[in-house]
Amino acid sequence: MLNKTGIAKRIAQELEDGFYVNLGIGIPTLVANYIPEGISVEFQSENGILGMGPFPFEGSEDADLINAGKQTITALDGAVYFDSATSFAMIRGQHVQLTVLGAMEVSENGDIANWKIPGKMVKGMGGAMDLVASAENIIVAMMHTNKKGESKLLKECSLPLTGTGCVKKIVTNLAVLEVMPHGGFKLLERAPGLSVKEIQAATEGSLLVEGEIPEMELS
Amino acid sequence: MINKVVTNVQEALQGVKDGMTLMLGGFGLCGIPENSIAELVKKGIKNLTCISNNAGVDDFGLGLLLQGKQINKMISSYVGENDEFERQMLSGELEVDLIPQGSLAERCRAGGAGIPGFFTPAGYGTEVAEGKEVREFNGKPHILESALHADFAIVKAWKGDTAGNLIYKATAKNFNPMMAMAGKITIAEVEELVPAGDLNPNEIHTPGIFVQRIFQGERFEKRIEQRTVR
Repeated sequence: MLNKTGIAKRIAQELEDGFYVNLGIGIPTLVANYIPEGISVEFQSENGILGMGPFPFEGSEDADLINAGKQTITALDGAVYFDSATSFAMIRGQHVQLTVLGAMEVSENGDIANWKIPGKMVKGMGGAMDLVASAENIIVAMMHTNKKGESKLLKECSLPLTGTGCVKKIVTNLAVLEVMPHGGFKLLERAPGLSVKEIQAATEGSLLVEGEIPEMELS
Repeated sequence: MINKVVTNVQEALQGVKDGMTLMLGGFGLCGIPENSIAELVKKGIKNLTCISNNAGVDDFGLGLLLQGKQINKMISSYVGENDEFERQMLSGELEVDLIPQGSLAERCRAGGAGIPGFFTPAGYGTEVAEGKEVREFNGKPHILESALHADFAIVKAWKGDTAGNLIYKATAKNFNPMMAMAGKITIAEVEELVPAGDLNPNEIHTPGIFVQRIFQGERFEKRIEQRTVR
């Protein structure tokens, strides 16, 4: 079973040279720490920066320079700042090649829920609805089950949706899965040491298993 | 040059009354018009509808207006950093319209640009789409979103000149340029106010035509919400 860092490392393998990438809050943010050697990518944060760099050293924090999680950041050489409308023109206009975000639930037809628990938690969708509605390449980074041990990969989402039919790939602490065009989670890779049976047991939606399923390779 | 300068925040906020709709720039606590917010708290103006991406934190930014129950309705995309906000919303004291962030930005921009509405894919198939017209473009469903307007738009810039031209710094730009366009009256509070001619016209972000009143803020705390270091 992977920890959050492991999930981030596996997703980092999906980065390709020349990609502009939007990383959501939480596990997705960690992906920036594991860019494969020899490739160049640029990170976009929807509050208005392309070319986001690492966190600042203590003492050089700038209140005017933050990421979408409101954390202080730095800007790399070649970075650019822009307003929110321009930022979402990049997103809606499909100029961003990869979006990585977290989820509370994903359904086997690619629906995603990650913004609201009725009566309990209402934080808002932020930029998530714009991102999932337009991005062509969306990877969900999440734990396979919730704190109660219930599967987050479902036949149908029970929570209010963020977007419909948009998730293509999911990387969890247990597996890498692809959402098939006609529904179902196709198992692509297993976390080291896990059996297909264990993944099956943690997946409520239909799990499609074809042939031998390889283990994830993490350096 | 038309002179847009007002002497202080009190003069800038003249005419802001109970029940009005305000736009306030900022993302989190970054780029918020903090001098104007403090003055709104002091004036005790009530029943406001506030259009702002976030609602501040409990003791800073728009959170201060919420503490005083001065806001009736919030139009935002994300309000997760504010316990008082969540309490007022779940108890029904506060009306809240949550809007996808890109749609919020574009609705402000549309308001300022004379575009009454536009179609976007964001929110299709979700609660956000309820009651909205759906139309397919290139085989993909989109929902109709309408322009937003405000009686007053209150924005914060890094530098401004006496003609109302504005330059923002780094990610403190965020919603400020669109909101500046969408106010019937737009108030800009700036860290540094300079004479017309001192800013390079090539580097101005918001043209002064969108700004009716400008003043240099007395004090900027510029609080950091999530101080994160290496």
